[in-house]
Amino acid sequence: MSFALRDAGCEVIYLGLRSTPAEMMTVAMDEDVDVVGASILSGAHLPIAGDLIAERSRHRLEHVPLVVGGIVPPRDVERLLKIGVDDVFPAGTAIVDVVKRITALADSRQERL
Amino acid sequence: MSETAQDPTTASGIPIARLYTAADLGDPAALDERIGAPGQPPFTRGPYMEMYRQRLWTMRQYAGYGSAEDTNQRFHYLLEQGQTALSVAFDLPTQLGLDSSAPAAKAEVGRVGVAIDTADDMAELFEGLPLSDLSVNFTINATAPIILAFYLVAAERQGADRSRLAGTLQNDILKEFVARKTFIFPPEPSMRLVGDVVEFCTREVPRFNPISITGYHAREAGCDTVQELAFTMSDAIAYAELLVDRGLSFDAFAPRFSFHFATTLELFEEVAKLRTARRLWAGIARDRFGATSPEAMRLRFFSGCSGATLTNQQPLNNVVRSTIQCLGAVLGGAQSIHVMGYDEAMAIPTDEAVTLALRTQQIIAHETGVADTVDPLAGSYFVETLTDELEARATELIGVIDGLGGAVPAIEAGVPQRWIAESAYRSEMAVANVTAVKVGLNAYVEEAETTELRLFELDEMGRDRQLARLDRHLAGRDDVSDALAALSRAAVSGQNVMEPLIEAARRGATLGELSDVFRKAFGTHREPSLW
Repeated sequence: MSFALRDAGCEVIYLGLRSTPAEMMTVAMDEDVDVVGASILSGAHLPIAGDLIAERSRHRLEHVPLVVGGIVPPRDVERLLKIGVDDVFPAGTAIVDVVKRITALADSRQERL
Repeated sequence: MSETAQDPTTASGIPIARLYTAADLGDPAALDERIGAPGQPPFTRGPYMEMYRQRLWTMRQYAGYGSAEDTNQRFHYLLEQGQTALSVAFDLPTQLGLDSSAPAAKAEVGRVGVAIDTADDMAELFEGLPLSDLSVNFTINATAPIILAFYLVAAERQGADRSRLAGTLQNDILKEFVARKTFIFPPEPSMRLVGDVVEFCTREVPRFNPISITGYHAREAGCDTVQELAFTMSDAIAYAELLVDRGLSFDAFAPRFSFHFATTLELFEEVAKLRTARRLWAGIARDRFGATSPEAMRLRFFSGCSGATLTNQQPLNNVVRSTIQCLGAVLGGAQSIHVMGYDEAMAIPTDEAVTLALRTQQIIAHETGVADTVDPLAGSYFVETLTDELEARATELIGVIDGLGGAVPAIEAGVPQRWIAESAYRSEMAVANVTAVKVGLNAYVEEAETTELRLFELDEMGRDRQLARLDRHLAGRDDVSDALAALSRAAVSGQNVMEPLIEAARRGATLGELSDVFRKAFGTHREPSLW
């Protein structure tokens, strides 16, 4: 995913595995990022996305879009969007499609600034 | 393979000719020597003389979720359906040395496998399942010594003799750093723990495979067939060197080395790969380690087929994919097989999906006749050519890893990790550009998905039950601090940790407490940012 986003001209800060929601949002704040993305493969996407959204508010980053990718069953895509995730990429989403949707979210944030 | 490609190649980039003939195989006598007879070095044709005529492969569906009680129910169910052995999936906290009560474990308890905090939980996992008669696989790595200790205590409580216990502990930490990523401690002390387990089991649990050296996860993460072979062999070499350096005899420990490969959809290359793996290992055992007994040169393996080939889209297509993968593993001479559930690209499989996966194995075993003769694809111009070519390419890559100082320094430098990332990106791009066809994903796409699957839903209350159980356990046990101190002394002094671990497990120490002892002695590993 990092390679694909870099090929598309994005700057990527990859935090590696097992980053906590608090760590992620601290980096997002310090680096003033346009989009935060989390890859969750364990099935824990709903509670973790909830924690990410809470941490995002705690860091006053409500304006930064949050996207989630991973092993997400169709029923949970709706649930994630409903709790405030901006876009969801279940396993099997075409990588070019993911790049397009993330860069679109980043552009819309830039325009709003 | 795309039928419109100008120059087709296998998944690992070996060019495929329009036609193979006897001329591709060269001198028939030389071929006979390369492939040998089944049950004899170099084992190209199979690890046993009679293969499935004498005994079918073990049907071993990987299973685990929720609490020990939940998973115990699924184990009973699978055995009732005709499964012939068990394979335990652990949740991430158990794999990462955290008790279910740890704050970092919160969202993950019982999620990708069963939550095991104590030897009591392990005993409950096997309630009503006689461990002296059942072979059990444990997919566990950083905490493998602890899980082994819990298992030995559970067996003890059933009155099962250690010498009768059969099964496999994955215990392959190198591929965790490379691909699977549930490491805890830095590479060096991690390797020492692997050594402690193998040394202990060679002496005390002689029918148990104390390690399963695994190319599967690197392959699932995106490497190709040649890399999968080379990583597996280089890791096996590193473990064998470690054990030989401890003064153990290769002929004594190597017969209980087990291996684990993926079997993807590239049928002929996969069969060739599995045959190549046996031949490579026999050569390495003989030439590098001076093996003298055939058992020490014999590679036995489990195939987990391939989850990465499955799609979210048109999920019933996954039944077909899994069937072909299972067939490949059988034609390649697997000793045990797991077939993926068709819904595993989305969630933990339902009872219905695991039953169908097991039935897939049973149909291949009993209805197709493929098990009736040994190594049925031997002598195929194509398969033998691929077998030779894969051997040459993997041998070259093993040489490259040797040149980096072997598997451990190569992994510390992030080299295999980078190869996998590059290879994975190439395959992703091939799917994106439709140079690789994925039915239902980038071709024959249905705009409106017609299949609505009933997916597994984890009982979210399970975590609360596990926490209550752990609380009761802690309240009911005696002080374990001297047992933890004894373990700490062993960890620091270099004494084998298994005996003090088993004693601490008997006394009721938790997985988190035992892992904390190791964390304190060894430190923890954080992956350097490689890209």
